[in-house]
Amino acid sequence: MFKLFDMLKGLGEQLHLKPQHSFTGGVHPQEMKKTAGLPSMTCPLPKQIILPMKQHIGDACEPMVKVGDYVLRGQQIAKSQGYLSVPVHASTSGTVTKIEDHVIAHPSGLGLPCIFIEPDGKDEADESLYPLPNYRSIDPVELRERVRSAGLAGLGGAAFPTFIKLVLDQQYKIETVVLNGIECEPWLTNDHQLMLEKAHEIVTGMDILMHMVDSNQGIIAIEDNKMDTVDVMQRTLVDMGLDASIRIEVLPTKYPQGGEKQLIQVLTGKEVPAGRLPIHIGILSQNVGTTKAIYDAVCLGEALTERMITVSGDALPQPTNMRVRLGTPVAWLLEQCGLSDADGIKVLHGGPMMGDILTDMRIPVVKASNGILAMRVVTLMLAHHQEDPCIRCGDCGDVCPAGLMPNLLAMHCKEEQFEKAEDYNLFDCIECGACSYVCPSHIPLVHYFRFGKGQVAQIRREKSFAEESRQRSEIRDARIAQELA
Amino acid sequence: MIFLSSPHQHSGNSIQLTMFSVIIALIPAAMVSVYLYGWLAVFLLTTCIGMSLLTEYVVLRMMKRDTARLWDGSAALTGLFLALVLPAAVPWWIAVFAAVFAILLGKQLYGGLGYNLFNPALAARVVLLISFPLYMTSWLIPMHMGAMLDMYDFSSSLSFFFLGPDAVKQTWDAITMATPLGYVKTELTQGVTVGEALANYQYSTLNAFIGREAGSLGEGSALALLMGGIWLMARHTISWHIPVSYLLTVAVFAGIFNLINPDVYAPPLFHLLAGGLILCAFFMATDPVSSPSSGIGKIVFGVGCGVLTWVIRTYGNYPEGAMFAVILMNCITPLIDYYIRPRVYGYKRGKQA
Repeated sequence: MFKLFDMLKGLGEQLHLKPQHSFTGGVHPQEMKKTAGLPSMTCPLPKQIILPMKQHIGDACEPMVKVGDYVLRGQQIAKSQGYLSVPVHASTSGTVTKIEDHVIAHPSGLGLPCIFIEPDGKDEADESLYPLPNYRSIDPVELRERVRSAGLAGLGGAAFPTFIKLVLDQQYKIETVVLNGIECEPWLTNDHQLMLEKAHEIVTGMDILMHMVDSNQGIIAIEDNKMDTVDVMQRTLVDMGLDASIRIEVLPTKYPQGGEKQLIQVLTGKEVPAGRLPIHIGILSQNVGTTKAIYDAVCLGEALTERMITVSGDALPQPTNMRVRLGTPVAWLLEQCGLSDADGIKVLHGGPMMGDILTDMRIPVVKASNGILAMRVVTLMLAHHQEDPCIRCGDCGDVCPAGLMPNLLAMHCKEEQFEKAEDYNLFDCIECGACSYVCPSHIPLVHYFRFGKGQVAQIRREKSFAEESRQRSEIRDARIAQELA
Repeated sequence: MIFLSSPHQHSGNSIQLTMFSVIIALIPAAMVSVYLYGWLAVFLLTTCIGMSLLTEYVVLRMMKRDTARLWDGSAALTGLFLALVLPAAVPWWIAVFAAVFAILLGKQLYGGLGYNLFNPALAARVVLLISFPLYMTSWLIPMHMGAMLDMYDFSSSLSFFFLGPDAVKQTWDAITMATPLGYVKTELTQGVTVGEALANYQYSTLNAFIGREAGSLGEGSALALLMGGIWLMARHTISWHIPVSYLLTVAVFAGIFNLINPDVYAPPLFHLLAGGLILCAFFMATDPVSSPSSGIGKIVFGVGCGVLTWVIRTYGNYPEGAMFAVILMNCITPLIDYYIRPRVYGYKRGKQA
């Protein structure tokens, strides 16, 4: 009897009928992947390249070049300040014209120091990074330094410095390397296309990762709306003789499956404990774009100067997937896709579920830019309907992948009861937007959570400042008392 | 137009859509009520819905709120709910009083949609039951077509609705009967067993399921209510948690006690089909505003409703306990939401990382 049950279960798994695990909640937004399967094109060099000094989560870089300097493609032009940081490289050859503040893709619309380069059109490459094609015989420590010095940050959208995830410490043994090819955001197809076009590079990148962390188990996770990539990846694995150590998992499409924590839960059934990282449960996960960039950095000796971007949206005449140099202004990108008139149009940076609305078309694309979507204002107005009162239906909680109670959480944030909000696990929210997506009252829940998180951070800063002042004052009083005595 | 932060895509769900789905789901039950009580049902339905909308409009005007909110469907739904939980015998002024009470005191005084502690229709129903016990416990014989009161005759029904039984020269006794729950309860006090009482009543499970037993307007047909309720579950307007846990709890309690002593405790199927249980389980207890938000909270809520329903029916003064149970559980909804939360990702139960 049990044998029969096991057999049926095995059959189901083979046919990918039912995954072993799932994550709680989730939604199925309209996919809108218009650019799926469109061959990528190369975006022509723009007239000006604008490279922000901070394109990753962490500390900003400091410029190493002066106005008037001639720089080469791949030449490092800014160095890291602090540990959580990666350097910035020139994305083409040309002259540095100015170094000043410029708007960047950030919801605040504030500026940040940027290096402006006027391309000379020759696109000459810097060759200070030499290729390391025999990576299997190279010390992981050296490879890790290469990943850092090539400026790699997560290309899935969060832009977390890649080298930090590559823990070589024996304390945490990484057993499984996960390649995240989920791409659950609607509209976006850049990872999809990259897997179709650069399967060999991606698999090699994965092999580099597995060598670095000394793991012999790899999983490539792909959603079932991209079956064509499954074939391509499987063939590549077989061709490269890696099909024994790396396997492909096809998962039923659901948003936000591409979230690192959710993907790990789906693949392993394990949860990343609160306040910890995937390495603590022996998992390293990387996005396919990042993995391809690791290949470029190691095997070709190329710094991160280019990435795949989906340029799409319902207002764009010719949507496409593009290989774009970092620092290319968004306006230039949209012009290449036939958009000349920006009236009644708003541009999204990233996907519609987690992306930001750009305040300025001169904003350059950065390492985190996975999509640029030109949307009609009327389309966006449907999503940003006027807020009605909460009817406590609980749909938000049903779809929350973190298991929160978004309605109560938002109420506490709105009423500025931040202690209560923290008690309701405000900081465990991953801002995936599933709650706002389903809310019948159109309450911008995620907006309230961001507001709450910002306010709590502010309160904490003020508290620690007050505490420092108090300590200083006490020390001073003690000193004066001592001097008087 | 200011665009706040992400997401920039929406499922298209709205309060209006939710409310009108529930209204559509209640159409079969409303149609059965018209079949059973003729014009009287039509009068009650129109009075309750009309007065609910009117009260809502007046209050919105008085509070200087957007009167477009009238069309979100919530007031119309409250009116519909109210009509379905009233006995067909109530005169016009009770229906008007109930609708005004439900909207004004049951909903708007708390702050309007989303802030009410109780299900407004049930709150009004409970107030009526305590204030006007004669009207609220007189159950017209379904499909009554007597010489003086013909429920399928417009003018006869109209004079009954406005002037009461005197107008049609009837005594209450001639046109009313007991509900199965009420009958069994009275008989039990006389020392008759449940089985004998049901036999005397000529109770048939099939009748109770299809809906020819005396009761409130919308309670009649379990079949019609189940159709609507299951449709709502299928399109995720309501979740399965409350109806399933509620009905299961009643069935389990009734079943256990029926096994212990079938002469005193009615069988589970009788309990499930009797009175307002199905209406309450699928439509009243699932009112989003006054029930818990999380799935696990909803299960606790449903179990609580089930226990209270059975306890009130079996040991209480009133034969029917479903709406008291829901109202009582409404009171502790905030507590359930505070103490019973879903497990957060990355935490063990009880909140340690």
